[in-house]
Amino acid sequence: MAVKTFREAIREALIEEMDRDERVFLMGEDIGRYQGTFRVTEGLFQKYGPHRVWDTPISEPGFIAIAIGAAIDGLRPVVEVMTWSFAFLAMDQIVNHAAKILYKSGGACRVPMVIRGPAGPGKQLASQHSHSIELWLAHTPGLKVVIPSTPADAKGLLKTAIRDENPVMFIEHPQLYLTKGEVPEGEYTLPFGVADVKREGRDATIITYSRGVLLAQQAAERLKEEGIEVEIIDLRTLVPCDWETVFRSIRKTHRAIAVHDDWRYAGFGAEIVAQIQEHAFDYLDAPILRVAGADVPMPYNKHLERHAVPQVEDIVAAVKQVL
Amino acid sequence: MSTRTNRTKKTAHIPDAERAELIELYRQMLLIRRFEEHCDKAYRQDKIGGYLHLYIGEEALAVGFISQLNPDDRVLGHYRDHGYVLALGSDPKAVMAELYGKVTGLCRGKGGSMHLYDKEKNFLGGYAIVGDVIGIATGVAFAAKYEGSDRIVLCFFGDGAMNAGLLHESLNMAGLWKLPVIYIVENNKYAMGTPVELHSAVTNLAKRASVYGFPSETIDAMDVLEVRKHARRIIDHVRTHKEPYFVEAITYRFVGHGAADITDPGSYRTREEVEEWRKRDPIPTLAKYLLENGIATQDELDAIDREVRAVVEEAARFADESPDPPLDELWEHVFVD
Ligand SMILES: Cc1ncc(C[n+]2csc(CCOP(=O)(O)OP(=O)(O)O)c2C)c(N)n1
Ligand SMILES: [Mg+2]
Repeated sequence: MAVKTFREAIREALIEEMDRDERVFLMGEDIGRYQGTFRVTEGLFQKYGPHRVWDTPISEPGFIAIAIGAAIDGLRPVVEVMTWSFAFLAMDQIVNHAAKILYKSGGACRVPMVIRGPAGPGKQLASQHSHSIELWLAHTPGLKVVIPSTPADAKGLLKTAIRDENPVMFIEHPQLYLTKGEVPEGEYTLPFGVADVKREGRDATIITYSRGVLLAQQAAERLKEEGIEVEIIDLRTLVPCDWETVFRSIRKTHRAIAVHDDWRYAGFGAEIVAQIQEHAFDYLDAPILRVAGADVPMPYNKHLERHAVPQVEDIVAAVKQVL
Repeated sequence: MSTRTNRTKKTAHIPDAERAELIELYRQMLLIRRFEEHCDKAYRQDKIGGYLHLYIGEEALAVGFISQLNPDDRVLGHYRDHGYVLALGSDPKAVMAELYGKVTGLCRGKGGSMHLYDKEKNFLGGYAIVGDVIGIATGVAFAAKYEGSDRIVLCFFGDGAMNAGLLHESLNMAGLWKLPVIYIVENNKYAMGTPVELHSAVTNLAKRASVYGFPSETIDAMDVLEVRKHARRIIDHVRTHKEPYFVEAITYRFVGHGAADITDPGSYRTREEVEEWRKRDPIPTLAKYLLENGIATQDELDAIDREVRAVVEEAARFADESPDPPLDELWEHVFVD
């Protein structure tokens, strides 16, 4: 297996799916001639031309609506948002249409499309370019939400997303683009709703996704030095979500910590807490904690920004608190 | 002297196909009218819930345009959408059942009046967020172009949608990419109770849409023959020149914004104004043409009325007798499995 970066893995999935299915096309701002803000689509316009790779005007509601229209009439659009923060302009399209057309048409009209792009903090981009978006999307019935942490998962899940018959929201953390990992060549798909147990442990379970997985792994190494063994679950997809794997782990460790960059208040961590509480309450030996983003607009200053998102030491402290 | 002889004499020059088409236009407009008159009644009886927006007065527009389409052309519209599906030939029983919220409805009772779909008839949706159909229809036209097909798309929306930002974004991309879509704004003078003069800085809506690199014009939509004439030319233009078109259709709704609207007439428009427009009712207008040109007799028109009333009655009975969706249906169609 070749070692590739996260963004190369995404590009590989795009190429393979475009080769596999003529109906797949890419659309977004500056993804073609400019080759993408984060260079995920580097070389694709040159390879496939303007019929498959569409540079759009700066019109998020407009081109996401176009993608929805194209999807209900048989195409398979893969839309890049320059950052998910800009997708707020198109939340009406995503929530009122992409998520509802199948339901309100009584199953007659499908919306097989993918919206993908970066979301999350850590690049000093301040409050309007650093949003985490997963909770807004996961809250809406009708949207699948994918949020990978490794290059291999990114490839396998994106290929599955493009083949899915539903609208799939694919969230890439900007801090992961240059991370590396082994990526299987060629046909490699991963099913949705299957969490990955990244590390086995007996003392506590960290439930997380995306950048949180990397933080949890570092925290686990530190805790190991003190003889504490944590289990790490990478949810990988939030809708559908593999709660069974979470409950199984809780039945073993009896302790749980949810970790994400997104705001703490009513974030996905709250859902994790609620699910465990409803389904594995009897197995808990401690309150479930959340290590999550500060409930503030993301500040620009480097130190403040760092202070606003979870750090390895926060996870270490949380684990010790529940032991 | 029988009327029949009379007719044959006067209209020997009208070919049978044209005669049949004119009668069909009449039948369709009357079907929509009688269908919706029943809806209004059923709404007052609580058989239809939610919001119900009637197309009464505007029938000539949908019928005139849709009658000129090829079978695989697509139609999308806003929430005032009963006219589009009936003109496309959707089964009135399934449409009525949807309004009644029944499982036999077009959308299994989960869409209702504002969200009809009929994929078989290529009606790709009524959309209840003002302006949003414009973006989605542009995407359907994108698919037609992407596939290199000859299909075109009709996109119907109200004058109120002229002020949605999505209109600007969509028309720009349609012009940029030469998408085969005809945008048809139903200028019925009001967005709910707000007249065009109070919602649009420029009241000539065709002019407002004229800056995107494709043609734009205003047509009279109270006379179905006028609409048909323009529709033929415009559809042909879009199909051959492969570019969008914008049509401002001047029309008028004779009834309130929504069924059981208590502010109409009186509060934002006068009864006199409504009466004045009713004189241009497209159905009697066409009837007069058919009679004067000997294309149909009054007896024949009466027979058509009886026929469509029977269709509506049958649709209402079907809707009444159909079951509600089973409760399990709640969980169906959130996702394609
Ligand atoms: C975005 C949005 N805002 C407000 C409404 C509520 N609303 C429904 S219909 C309507 C008036 C629309 O008028 P117009 O577009 O002229 O269509 P008409 O009803 O005259 O056919 C309004 C304000 C809505 N459905 N969507
Ligand atoms: Mg109006």
